[in-house]
Amino acid sequence: MSIDLASPPLIHARGLTKRFGAFTAVDSIDFDVAPGEAFGFLGPNGAGKTSTMRMIGCTSPATGGTLSVLGMDPATQGPEIRGRLGVVPQADTLDEELTVRENLLIYGRYFGLSRAECGRRADELLEFAQLSERRNSRVEPLSGGMKRRLTIARSLINEPDMMLLDEPTTGLDPQARHLLWDRLYRLKQRGVTLVLTTHYMDEAEQLCDRLVVMDKAKIVAEGSPRSLIEQYSTREVTELRFPVGIQETLDVQLDGLAERIEHLPDRLLLYTDDGEAVAVAVHDRGLRPETVLVRRSSLEDVFLRLTGRSLVD
Amino acid sequence: MTADVVQPPPAIEARSGPPSDLAAAGRVFEHYAYQYRRAFRGSMFSSFLNPVLFLLAMGVGLGGYVNAQNLEALEGVTYMQFLAPGLLAGAVMQTAIFEATFPVMYGLVWRRIFHAMHATPIGPRAVAVGTLLWIAFRLALVAAIFLVVAAAFGALASPLAVLAVPAAVLTGLAFAGPMGAFMATQRTPDKFSAIFRWVITPLYLFSGTFFPVDSLPDALQPIAWLSPLWHGVELTRGFALGTIGGQPLAAGLHVVVLVGLALAGALLFIRNIRRKLAA
Repeated sequence: MSIDLASPPLIHARGLTKRFGAFTAVDSIDFDVAPGEAFGFLGPNGAGKTSTMRMIGCTSPATGGTLSVLGMDPATQGPEIRGRLGVVPQADTLDEELTVRENLLIYGRYFGLSRAECGRRADELLEFAQLSERRNSRVEPLSGGMKRRLTIARSLINEPDMMLLDEPTTGLDPQARHLLWDRLYRLKQRGVTLVLTTHYMDEAEQLCDRLVVMDKAKIVAEGSPRSLIEQYSTREVTELRFPVGIQETLDVQLDGLAERIEHLPDRLLLYTDDGEAVAVAVHDRGLRPETVLVRRSSLEDVFLRLTGRSLVD
Repeated sequence: MTADVVQPPPAIEARSGPPSDLAAAGRVFEHYAYQYRRAFRGSMFSSFLNPVLFLLAMGVGLGGYVNAQNLEALEGVTYMQFLAPGLLAGAVMQTAIFEATFPVMYGLVWRRIFHAMHATPIGPRAVAVGTLLWIAFRLALVAAIFLVVAAAFGALASPLAVLAVPAAVLTGLAFAGPMGAFMATQRTPDKFSAIFRWVITPLYLFSGTFFPVDSLPDALQPIAWLSPLWHGVELTRGFALGTIGGQPLAAGLHVVVLVGLALAGALLFIRNIRRKLAA
């Protein structure tokens, strides 16, 4: 329920580095994850999030730096650590030839649970994942959201101390995402430590107590979603969309309207603490954008500020 | 989980030690057994039908003509008796090639279930060994059914023929290890058909399976000796005909060649699986 800062961190990384030949996927990053925390890696594709997750999950050895997971060394105690993790990989790795329930049963066996115990936990988890009615269906015809829920249920079969979720909702429709978020939120409430990667700012805002923003193999910022927004953005954003060709000519006319202006290919973002006032001021200057949208700042804006690029290309 | 300062660090004691490699491989084996339950009937039926058709067409049909020639090369056994162990070793080889191809693709590329296994205490070596154990089990089933059918056709000349089953399984493993090791490096099974056409089929035809290698032109005979299948056929046939005791040196050589290939293949398979899973 609460974040336990008194106990040693579940993950402790200093100078953590992963290279594949000449390519550096993760470049000397530092972070700690406390028990009970929901910790996120936010960044675009290729930022090094998955490589980091695989090092934490002890399926990919670090090239440099120090890493301890659950107080153990992944280099020498990989199986022990993996025995206490729940891993939800980016792409489902379910056995589609088996039934929903069989996928849970065999997975429990990998953790050394007895068949009876596997059966008991499988039934509980099917309930939790709202898959009880599909228990004896083969996996192959299930929807993407159901497969994702099954993957999450499967990762819980060993009652893990920490879950590693690599882009848990990528590719799902909004309804399936919300259902999944609800399930993850319940786990968090129970005190399960969540470590997740995402390139969705709303997901990070929904689920993470604290996150690091990754870009080009490095951590570029760290904090709670709220503190990151406070630190790197304004309270509100006014988005203006002009007819094609007009946007580029407006620099002078927009001067002084906002604390900062971002030029995206299709729209302008005006950063300010009072979005409505800016919208009115734009109108007063005789500008007629096609659309005006006033919204609160999000992690997307933080990311834009830090890297000059959008999260989702 | 509330903030509790007296709570011991979570790290110190793992709930249970990681499984031994053999126990871990056993769980991988169990996974294959789950998969196989659904395919069991069809698989058993085709394992039964295949020898029935071949022994009927070639052993009975073709064998009628061959036996009429009173060929010295057959060394006094019927063509059926000569053929059955050759077919047995050849059929097991083919099954081994299949089983070392598609399940490996399924595990590493298509459904990535090997990656799922590796996210648990199961290590890459256990994944590879468990897979080979399962293949050995499948080969033993195929060989045992084949042997029963062969017995029904009167194709077995000695009680030692029961040992043709392990001989055929060993033959299959000599192919499964290297094939699995190769397929573990592939992103698609595209090369499978080329391997089958250009390697497996010629071996099947020219390894003393259907006719004695002596019948080949002298220049070609040494090539047959290089064939792992020839060693497998000779060993299997030695048991099926009960003639194995007459040539202990040759039999020992066959075993050494097959065990060597199976072991080397297994080690390469483990290495390649590890490279894929733990990069």
